[in-house]
Amino acid sequence: MIPGNFEYHAPTSLADALALLGQYGDEAKIIAGGHSLLPMMKLRFAEPEHLIDINGISELRGIREEGGMIKIGAMTTENQLIASEILWDKCPLIPTAAKLIADPQVRNRGTIGGDIAHGDPGNDHPAIMLALGASFVLAGPDGERTVPADGFFLGTYYTQLEEGEIMTEIQVPVPPAGSGYGFSKLKRKTGDFATAAAAVQLQLNGDSCTQINIALTNVGPCSFKASDAAAHLTGKVIDDALISEAAEKAMADCDPSEDLRGNIEYKTSMAGEMVRRAIRSALSNAKGE
Amino acid sequence: MAKTHIQFTLNGQAVETLVEPRELLIHVIREQLGQTGSHIGCETSHCGVCTVDLNGASLKSCTVLAVQANGGDVTTVEGLAQSGELHAVQEAFMQEHGLQCGFCTPGMLMRSYRFLQENPNPTEEEIRVGMSGNLCRCTGYQNIIKSIQVAAQKLQAK
Repeated sequence: MIPGNFEYHAPTSLADALALLGQYGDEAKIIAGGHSLLPMMKLRFAEPEHLIDINGISELRGIREEGGMIKIGAMTTENQLIASEILWDKCPLIPTAAKLIADPQVRNRGTIGGDIAHGDPGNDHPAIMLALGASFVLAGPDGERTVPADGFFLGTYYTQLEEGEIMTEIQVPVPPAGSGYGFSKLKRKTGDFATAAAAVQLQLNGDSCTQINIALTNVGPCSFKASDAAAHLTGKVIDDALISEAAEKAMADCDPSEDLRGNIEYKTSMAGEMVRRAIRSALSNAKGE
Repeated sequence: MAKTHIQFTLNGQAVETLVEPRELLIHVIREQLGQTGSHIGCETSHCGVCTVDLNGASLKSCTVLAVQANGGDVTTVEGLAQSGELHAVQEAFMQEHGLQCGFCTPGMLMRSYRFLQENPNPTEEEIRVGMSGNLCRCTGYQNIIKSIQVAAQKLQAK
């Protein structure tokens, strides 16, 4: 399987990449790690006439902490996330989830920005970003804008990223003391997308949950926050009964499509279980257990 | 479509060739440069049989364009043996019967070659995770794991 014909461009600066994108418009596609785009091109689901490879732009890689935020270059690979001491120390949800994405070779190529910007409901970083309350920096011909993850994902392969824009950075507020995270993913085998996955980030004050985000992967047209479930837990001391009720509310928000991973009922039910597990694990984590 | 001139290091030798941008690294290595040790399996980045080393990292060469290797340093299974002596991973796979039909072996060798540099003294669990991007339909993996354990010992003894 070989992709169709295209012209290849390998800019070494963001400005050059944006200029190329401006020049070729909707005939062009940005290639990051390429492990979603190249398979789509082999199948002719994508047939860009111009491929703009941003792997050579070093300013788009790297992880740093600045002003209470963790800033991750969009071209940072999954394996770089997993190797990051800053992330394990300040925001372990990201590397914990990255370890469950694809396999070691693919994680050397796949990038956090590509995973988010592609808009595939099966990708894991969108739900992580929703759980963490992250924001994305999008560079375009008229400069940069920063948009929250909440509201960025609009549908399958459909996000707020506009033509002519490149995602350059992911900004994650450092979770405060008393925070806990949980990530639970069901997949058939290594390298498969999730049948269902849930990401949870919460904050406790004593035993009471003051804030919680619950976000889901691959059980709807795009990743989404289970807001009713979160609202049901906010301000309460979370116990097993509340966890079950929250999972029911999250399941009510699911709208998966049937495929080889299962039918709608099975996927919805598994989403509920992933939510239960992720909340429990976030609670233990917050309590330092 | 106009061809692009690329050059890179393949198993220590400088190589250059003309490629169409759409050509995959695995095809160029095998068909243009004649190094057919790396195999083509699923072509969807699942099976790992096309695993090669690019700039010190394992990757699946069916999902990388040859133009993306321009200026890089590529190692394939042909580059493992030095001066007629097999690499420790090759010796260990032979000694421990880490293969049956042999189709997945070039990918297994290249991944274990890199994995043992990332983690020279792995546990069995770490080997299973580190090798999770490579499929074998014959062995049931037991002897592959054993081979990598033995290769680790051989490399440590050196």
